[in-house]
Amino acid sequence: MSVPVLEITGVTKSFGDRLVLDGLDIAVAEHRAVALIGASGSGKSTLLRCIDLLEEIDDGDIFLDGEVITDPSVDPVSVRRRLGFVFQAFNLFPHMSVLDNVTLGAVRSGSMSKREATDRGRELLARFGLGEREADRPDQLSGGQQQRVALVRAFASRPRALLLDEVTSALDPELVGDVLEAVREMKDEGMTMIIATHEMTFAREVADQIAFLHEGTIVEVGTPEKVMDSPQRPETRRFLHRLLAAGRL
Amino acid sequence: MASSVIVLGGLALLLFTSSGWPDVQETFFSPEAFRTSFPDILKAFWLDVRMFLAVEVVVLILGLVIALVRTSLSPALFPIRILTAVYCDIFRGVPVILLVYLIGFGIPTLGVTGVLAEPIFLACVALSLAYSAYVAEVYRAGIASVHRTQTDSALAVGLTNFQALRHVVLPQAVRRVRPPLLNDFISLQKDVALVSVLGVQEAFRVAQIDAQSTFNYTPLIAAALLYIAVTIPMARILDYLSRKEEAKR
Repeated sequence: MSVPVLEITGVTKSFGDRLVLDGLDIAVAEHRAVALIGASGSGKSTLLRCIDLLEEIDDGDIFLDGEVITDPSVDPVSVRRRLGFVFQAFNLFPHMSVLDNVTLGAVRSGSMSKREATDRGRELLARFGLGEREADRPDQLSGGQQQRVALVRAFASRPRALLLDEVTSALDPELVGDVLEAVREMKDEGMTMIIATHEMTFAREVADQIAFLHEGTIVEVGTPEKVMDSPQRPETRRFLHRLLAAGRL
Repeated sequence: MASSVIVLGGLALLLFTSSGWPDVQETFFSPEAFRTSFPDILKAFWLDVRMFLAVEVVVLILGLVIALVRTSLSPALFPIRILTAVYCDIFRGVPVILLVYLIGFGIPTLGVTGVLAEPIFLACVALSLAYSAYVAEVYRAGIASVHRTQTDSALAVGLTNFQALRHVVLPQAVRRVRPPLLNDFISLQKDVALVSVLGVQEAFRVAQIDAQSTFNYTPLIAAALLYIAVTIPMARILDYLSRKEEAKR
């Protein structure tokens, strides 16, 4: 079997006295999408932030293409350049145009020439229905458009994997569809992804695997059908039951 | 509107009909004294403008460096961080006129020669020290106002810490603090007159000498008009920027 793009082994992370990740293990193979589900505060965002080295882990290892990235000797900048991260609140740069938002990383990291980054940025913006908006500032866009810009920004530098942190949670319901469509398209192109989400229907449709996160560990992982239709663990059943009761399944 | 006219008209009437008014007019508003003193004061004012411009450049740079050190989180910079905090406390705490005295008369006592003993240079040093401390705090407030998620987002697209600061945090921070920065420069423009205590022949000093030799205070009015001619346009630019900033919210 080939080396997974991302492999997380025994990762532990606390904030003060609060243990958020508790010896967590998971692996994501190339071209695969794993959906992370679990209650708010179960550690989904923290896990993604730890993978992108935005948080330091207390214990365990994270591997990218078989190389450990959580060793102090590893330059975090070089790791982040190989990963794409999309935040729940978009976090676009408000003082830059849409196009500059998309090209900044590639241009400043030197991975592409300005010309090359601009061409690719334009092409991707056009593909995701934002071609007309490249000169606009982020605050002139709707939430859904902003999040698609954020997706394009993460995707533009050809990362090894995309980390999507609740990318639709801050959006009005009618804007969710276009964003999910963009994610689906990136997945169809073979992008490896970890998707933290509350969108169960979407998780079922796009993800190859669903991992249920509970109290800092992954208690159940498997195909969407297996985890959602016949969950093995009582915690998973309770979580799905609550979603069902809330009309979100 | 009508009440303003009545109040102002009443005051004017009171002023112009008072028994001392002809003397005041002669001592402070003599066209003759204005004509004879103005050319020299204007020439001296050019020195104020040059000192102001030189000090402003130093203050903009030094203030930014101090602010960056004070806001950095790097443990290696801890000792320098303490130093900059002390710097700000001291130079904001001492009256500017006292600082001009201490440096202007203190440094030459060390027996230094050349530019280091030059009153104009020493006065500029004193003003730079005082105003860098103020401006550093303004910058610091601006940097602190840029949300931490902007840095996360910049790091996530692959920027280094320095690039994140340079391309994402600082442009937003500086934009937000332009009004208070300009406000400090208006007060710097006036405080340049404090260097007169070292005997530097700038506008206020020249006007003062003129007034003392003729027993007519019109030259001081002439000097005041020159300061106003510079500070009022600055104040209007400041209003304009503040309104623009307000409109964006």
